[in-house]
Amino acid sequence: MARASSSSTSKSKRAPAKKPAAKKPAAKKPTNPAATDEDFELRSLHERFEKSKRFDASEEELLTFYEKMLLIRRFEEKAGQLYGLGLIGGFCHLYIGQEAVAVGLQSALEEGKDSVITGYRDHGHMLAYGIDPKIIMAELTGREAGISRGKGGSMHMFSTEHAFYGGHGIVGAQVPLGAGLAFAHQYNEDGGLCMAYFGDGAANQGQVYETFNMAALWNLPIIFVVENNQYAMGTSVKRSSAETEFYRRGTAFRIPGMDVNGMDVLEVHQAAKIAVEHVRGGNGPVLMELNTYRYRGHSMSDPAKYRTREEVQGVREKSDPIELAKAELIKLGVDEEKLKEIDKSIRSAVGEAAEFAESSPEPEPSELYTDVLVGDY
Amino acid sequence: MAIELKMPALSPTMEEGTLAKWMVKEGDTVSAGDVLAEIETDKATMEFESIDEGVVGKILVEEGAENVAVGTVIALLAGEDEDVSDVQASAPAKDEEPAAAEEAETQPAVAAAAEKPASKPRASDPEIPEGTNMANLTVREALRDAMAEEMRLDPRVFVMGEEVAEYQGAYKVTQGLLEEFGPKRVIDTPITEYGFAGIGTGAAMGGLRPVVEFMTFNFAMQAIDHLINSAAKTNYMSGGQMRCPVVFRGPNGAASRVGAQHSQNYAPWYASVPGLIVIAPYDSSDAKGLLKAAIRCEDPVIFLENELVYGNSFEVAQLDDHVLPIGKARIVREGADVTIVSYSIGVKFALEAAEKLAEEGIDAEVIDLRTLRPLDTETVLESLAKTNRVVVAEEGWPVCSIASEIISVCMEQGFDHLDAPVTRVCNEDVPLPYAANLEKLALIDAPRIVAAAKKVCYKD
Repeated sequence: MARASSSSTSKSKRAPAKKPAAKKPAAKKPTNPAATDEDFELRSLHERFEKSKRFDASEEELLTFYEKMLLIRRFEEKAGQLYGLGLIGGFCHLYIGQEAVAVGLQSALEEGKDSVITGYRDHGHMLAYGIDPKIIMAELTGREAGISRGKGGSMHMFSTEHAFYGGHGIVGAQVPLGAGLAFAHQYNEDGGLCMAYFGDGAANQGQVYETFNMAALWNLPIIFVVENNQYAMGTSVKRSSAETEFYRRGTAFRIPGMDVNGMDVLEVHQAAKIAVEHVRGGNGPVLMELNTYRYRGHSMSDPAKYRTREEVQGVREKSDPIELAKAELIKLGVDEEKLKEIDKSIRSAVGEAAEFAESSPEPEPSELYTDVLVGDY
Repeated sequence: MAIELKMPALSPTMEEGTLAKWMVKEGDTVSAGDVLAEIETDKATMEFESIDEGVVGKILVEEGAENVAVGTVIALLAGEDEDVSDVQASAPAKDEEPAAAEEAETQPAVAAAAEKPASKPRASDPEIPEGTNMANLTVREALRDAMAEEMRLDPRVFVMGEEVAEYQGAYKVTQGLLEEFGPKRVIDTPITEYGFAGIGTGAAMGGLRPVVEFMTFNFAMQAIDHLINSAAKTNYMSGGQMRCPVVFRGPNGAASRVGAQHSQNYAPWYASVPGLIVIAPYDSSDAKGLLKAAIRCEDPVIFLENELVYGNSFEVAQLDDHVLPIGKARIVREGADVTIVSYSIGVKFALEAAEKLAEEGIDAEVIDLRTLRPLDTETVLESLAKTNRVVVAEEGWPVCSIASEIISVCMEQGFDHLDAPVTRVCNEDVPLPYAANLEKLALIDAPRIVAAAKKVCYKD
């Protein structure tokens, strides 16, 4: 009884001032007959996903995923090397181990129409969108040819052309900013959605929940993606989070969650398709948790003493997203020589990017004063 | 080609380190991810991992070696299809200069000094044609009209904040907007400043023109990260790609008897941040003309209003499009003996003081800064050259204030014209008390400005 009355209150509160709540697709029979409609709505996406978990990729599609993941891996390894040589300064957060997340998710978006925003571990998200590795690497080395003209660095990169909105250095700030982008999609009725990535660390920031509330209240077209790489810098999720199942954290705001293996690009892509369809259908936000793992330290200067080497090696050996895709390709009958060729050509593209990033000039001193303000006053 | 393994930089500040321990020996086969060595940096002991696959050919720096410069070749790795013995034979002499050091020497020691571009002459207020109808409007009405006019002109403009729609604004500044523009463009938010400041900023990055109201700027402290780190800096950090044409507006400064947490002037905070425009108008005409300019502006604007003047009426020219230039101060009263520089509600006290001073034979000029960033230092310095004496009146704390900034500009650029030390009249340097008598003692008023003006004129 108490339950029924509380759910009716929440329903009346939920009616947005702006427009009537979008019609939800007709609910199918809940698997648990005792479950209320509300419970079902919150789990419906995950249940759909559970039924068919892996994207049935063609050889060509899987090859594309593989190539993109491998490009990110090799790019990040090279970035690590250049950092070691002192060519990259400051903070540099590598994406190694997490490649399947950006590749699997963003391949389900319409590039240029949907917007993407993330935190400071941002190289992979740009490479997944096919942005030229040369100008990304040149930004890392702080050169004029860099994507932010050398003024942003590793953590602050953007490509408005690709609707990639950064690259934000303050943990969690990208979440409301992403909701703002989603707000603009809704306001302009352009059919786009925003994918806002954040980590398991950022998931404990208050502004994330302020954003969940407004995104659900206003039915914003946004996919919240928690990249749970298990460590917020040096603090494991168990030590930082009362609820470690991050996909459940939208429940209080009536945001359906999805729990996804972020080490399997086909599973990631399948989940993304379901989420995208839901959000594009005008059904409001989705919260996806992508369980993944970073092999390297939090940043280049992190000795990573908070976990054992065996733990890292274990993930590498058992669940590496690239090795998994590679094995699958071989099973599909792709020639190993062909994969070697791909690796070679990616290595050479990354080598060229590094060469470009090392040899292109630093910004002109006059760049110091440009882009502070747009207008003349 | 053998792969050279160089002493890595493992922190942003590391220049050299200790090669604590080799974890491999010559002849070992390594694959990517294997730990090759342990290296002590200035902060921690780090593991140095192999990126490539191959066979360790030659170790060039023995373990235990201290002060190994970043970039020194510490070992050679034979890659695929390479003979280890060749690698060992081709090892360079150990005393070879580290590559990074050579590179550093070829770089110019000091970057060429950049020439800061000279600022352009500032636009003056447009002439008001003769015969223009003047209407008496409260500041509150002027602000509302500015938003309504801009919303009619540009469908991208929308207003969001706490109680801005159905309640008609906590201070009734957004009165009538919901009725005219509907709930899509006039949006009540939950009480969630950090969140909606971020959403407003993101919407501006996405191409809209948000006007985000803070019920008061005291509450914007919950949201200040987005104003500074997200709104102000992103255009610069993106090399000019990311526009953020957002306006954050609301009352700022002391209200009346609301105590310390609700009574603070944030102008100096925001005015210190490159990438922001900061406007703090006093009268209705400037409130309207500058808010319209702020909404059209491509840059993020902090628009600081004052609750105590919302109900004050001033003349506003009834023009189709009353827009004023950002970055231009206004001489609100001409005078020859002393310059009183102020902004926002301080202008009210400055004008009262000028009347009092006139009675005593002192002819004061009053400058309303209007825009606090960029600051119109030219107008201040020209006036200083004329009167040779400056008092800054600011309803705010004295330390690191707008007054401090004006004083330093006068010292640096107007020293030869000064006949007396530049003086500031600010609030007392205490949190604002509640008790009526104490509150009055803490805030600036006209008599204190009069006293300061007389002092710099040596007539006290």
